[in-house]
Amino acid sequence: MAEDSITLKKLREQFGDSIIESHSRLGQDTAILPKKVLLEAARMLKEDPTLDYNFLMDVTAVDHFKRRPRFEVVYHFYSLNHNHRLRLKVPVGGESPEVPTLTGLWPSANWYEREVWDMFGISFQGHPDLRRILMYESFEGHPLRKDYPFDKRQPLVGETE
Amino acid sequence: MATEIVSDTHEAMEKLRIQKDSEDTRTMMLNMGPAHPAMHGVIQIKAELDGEMVRGCDIEIGYLHRGFEKECEVGTYTQCFPYTDRLNYVSPLINNFSFALCVEKMMGLEVPERCQVIRVLMNEISRISDHLTCVGASAMELGAFTVFLYMIKAREWLWELVESVTGARLTISYARIGGVKADLPKDFEGRCRKVIKDTAEVIEECDSLLKRNRIFYDRVKDVGVISAQRAMEYGITGPFLRASGTGYDVRKAQPYSGYENYDFDVPVGENGDSYDRYLVRMEEMRQSIRIVEQALDRLPEGPTNVDPQGELISPELMADLGKFGRTKGLLTNEALLEPTLEGSGQRQRPGIAAESVDAWIPAKEQTYSNIEALMQHFKIVMDGHGVRPPKGECYVPTEGANGELGFYIVSDGTDHPYRVRCHPPCFPIMAALSEILVGDQVADIIPTFGSVNMIAGELDR
Repeated sequence: MAEDSITLKKLREQFGDSIIESHSRLGQDTAILPKKVLLEAARMLKEDPTLDYNFLMDVTAVDHFKRRPRFEVVYHFYSLNHNHRLRLKVPVGGESPEVPTLTGLWPSANWYEREVWDMFGISFQGHPDLRRILMYESFEGHPLRKDYPFDKRQPLVGETE
Repeated sequence: MATEIVSDTHEAMEKLRIQKDSEDTRTMMLNMGPAHPAMHGVIQIKAELDGEMVRGCDIEIGYLHRGFEKECEVGTYTQCFPYTDRLNYVSPLINNFSFALCVEKMMGLEVPERCQVIRVLMNEISRISDHLTCVGASAMELGAFTVFLYMIKAREWLWELVESVTGARLTISYARIGGVKADLPKDFEGRCRKVIKDTAEVIEECDSLLKRNRIFYDRVKDVGVISAQRAMEYGITGPFLRASGTGYDVRKAQPYSGYENYDFDVPVGENGDSYDRYLVRMEEMRQSIRIVEQALDRLPEGPTNVDPQGELISPELMADLGKFGRTKGLLTNEALLEPTLEGSGQRQRPGIAAESVDAWIPAKEQTYSNIEALMQHFKIVMDGHGVRPPKGECYVPTEGANGELGFYIVSDGTDHPYRVRCHPPCFPIMAALSEILVGDQVADIIPTFGSVNMIAGELDR
């Protein structure tokens, strides 16, 4: 087994018991964390000088329809100075899935999280402006969910008002 | 000073008129778009104005309702390529290769060297045409119509080149998992060298028209400024980030397709304003021309696609002539039938043993003339078979013309991708745009927005 990268080592030191899984398959560091340590971990990723993740490159989600918990919020981080990347995944589930927002640390989270909310219906606790971004306000449901009825119709814009 | 944005323009204007004489002044709401000559696509900028100054703004990105990510879940991996064409319709080849790279990484495929060089070559041609469009269009929005015409003329030459290689100008679908659709045409090198030389002249000509032009300079200098730190926090990459002084380029930082073997510079600006973004784009085109020349110099002979065992296939086998009926006597040929498909004969044909075959589509002539190739063809094309990356996930960043273009694919082991996520480079720039515009004037919205190089197909996927 290959030597673990510094990021995974640090994460394991800090959150040893709570890390659900970590590996670096295909040379890509991946850590799965519970949502209660997300903010703490994200702050460490940004502020620890040996990690120094200054880019939050991408936020997206995956709908594992049959699995429990159902969703995974996926964050991709990049550090310019150290040239390393990390994928952080947070499983969420339940009737109204929710994770804390990262807008306080990276402003780029703002629109990404709006998009995840719009497409998956995962809401972000503490987000300053959690509106739909791609769909219109009266749109029902979240299109990238696996159980979204894509062959049904939607109300037209403004029809419901 | 009222801080809330009044939602309706007429209402806001009316209020403004009524309160003209009173001491209390209100900000005005101005809608730019969704159909405005200088707005690309259905973007709407709701700007809150204090006189000519933008005090705040809200950006609606609209929706094309293509649903790229959803569509990809329905089709097979190969069927995603036509969708990736339409992400960035100015440089679709980059999107194609980026998607192919991600699937190849999941499957552990290494494409042959000739294919890598072809990919680099086509990537850079696309990058030049993308920058030509962006600079040309934003110059036109500032009144420089000549520059637009000159640049589109050069783009036309490049697109003719692309057309001769891929058979189409925009909807190219040229990449394949494990290779490219077809080899370069015979006379490609000569034509490409000529086009590149002519394009370089056009770039210099346009540069001399714009660079020291008083009107252009005054309208883009110190306009739409963003600091390197702020750009990073917003996740901005590409020319937009480099113009503010940070030299991050995926081709240098995490090279793919053999970019580490090419000699080129990453231009970096200083001020992060629209003028620097213009300069960075112009310099990037010159660097791309350098890369194209190097790629043409080194273009190795050999196959362009991998076969299932990771071995190489000769390009002649990939010729698509049979489809057009140009193969002599094809229809009268006898098919080479294997007497016992699962029996002894299979050992002599390891390359076409159906179980182990991953991403290899046999040549059409083979498909028409022997049963193993026909089976292999079906094994790749039929629903429920197809290309199957192992279970897992992968994110591959590449340098698109606008910045980091990444594909994140989750595979559940079937021939349909479970989830495809495209990280579009102009999305974070649009997120930061409202902050960039605040403090500038109404007229500054246009050059700033032009320098974003917003591509709607990519923005809302």
